[in-house]
Amino acid sequence: MTYNTPHSQTTLADLQPGQSGVVTQLYSQGPERRRMMDLGIIPGTTVTVEMTSPLGDPVAYRVRGALLALRQDQARLVSISDVSSEAEK
Amino acid sequence: MTLRTDTLHASGSACATCPMNQHLERLGVKMTNWDYVVALAGNPNTGKSTVFNALTGLRQHTGNWPGKTVARAEGGFQYGNKRYKLVDLPGTYSLLAASVDEEIARDFILFGQPDVTAIVVDATRLERNLNLVLQVLEITNKAVVCLNLVDEARRHKLIVDHRRLARDLGVPVVPTAARQNEGIPELLQVMSEVATGVIETRPRRLRSTANPALDAAVNTLSGQLEAAFPGLPNARWVALRLLDGDQQIERAIRDGSLGDLSRGDKTQAVSERLTIAEVPA
Repeated sequence: MTYNTPHSQTTLADLQPGQSGVVTQLYSQGPERRRMMDLGIIPGTTVTVEMTSPLGDPVAYRVRGALLALRQDQARLVSISDVSSEAEK
Repeated sequence: MTLRTDTLHASGSACATCPMNQHLERLGVKMTNWDYVVALAGNPNTGKSTVFNALTGLRQHTGNWPGKTVARAEGGFQYGNKRYKLVDLPGTYSLLAASVDEEIARDFILFGQPDVTAIVVDATRLERNLNLVLQVLEITNKAVVCLNLVDEARRHKLIVDHRRLARDLGVPVVPTAARQNEGIPELLQVMSEVATGVIETRPRRLRSTANPALDAAVNTLSGQLEAAFPGLPNARWVALRLLDGDQQIERAIRDGSLGDLSRGDKTQAVSERLTIAEVPA
């Protein structure tokens, strides 16, 4: 897999448990990109880290009322902005 | 809603045409000589099979496994003197064919050309369900949204403005709680009216993209598709799939099976490709 996410971008993989971000762009391609969009990960979607597996990969994200597990490889392909912690809300 | 005064005059009696008297007769698996075909689509876990069972009187437990072809169940019911064949499609998040399930659901809606497609959506997770609704509306005009699980939504203090939703989508929206049979009579009435053309739908669709080059490509391609496959139900949709690089559609055009699918006896071509699930009576 190629990572074409610019290094300057914050991605879903950078979020800590309890933190949320708003999706700005998807860098994945082909069927994987399609699948992510079908599951509701599109620009403007708020995504929250719900929990992490013992080894930290995969991570469970809350997306539009559903829980999705993404591998870090996949999470790195979703750039986000407006990162906030639960405490700040 | 359509005024029914014309039919009242024709029959001379209000009782004969009153929706209250158009009883549902559940036909189970006995379905021969059907007048209309109804497809049930929706995301996984929205209660499609509960709606299916409420309409047919069957008790089917659907379970589908990715990669298995057994993914469709059929049943029948009679309503208002018409016989309906109901096809329960596998639950999917999309119709863009990332899996066998999605391919089955898509082929049936596109090429099976059901007389009405009921899209079952979860009222408590409406936002993520609308993706599939819009995809179905891209393919077919004859659709009804079954806003299911409204009982659960009420428990979560959620009330969906279904009239507004119907206006925005351009197709009827019927709130239901299929487990309690709530809204099922209304759903039947609306489905029959869409199937028979009493209700004319105007689904919300992507008319043009903001990209003139893409619009031109879609127009050229759909014109060529219509020339190559006369009678293709929705050439525009197929053109968009081709431009998106859908390999299954590409293959279907190369080997000519797209023509077989869109030709001939309604659901026959699709039925032959599918294994029909065994339904316990």
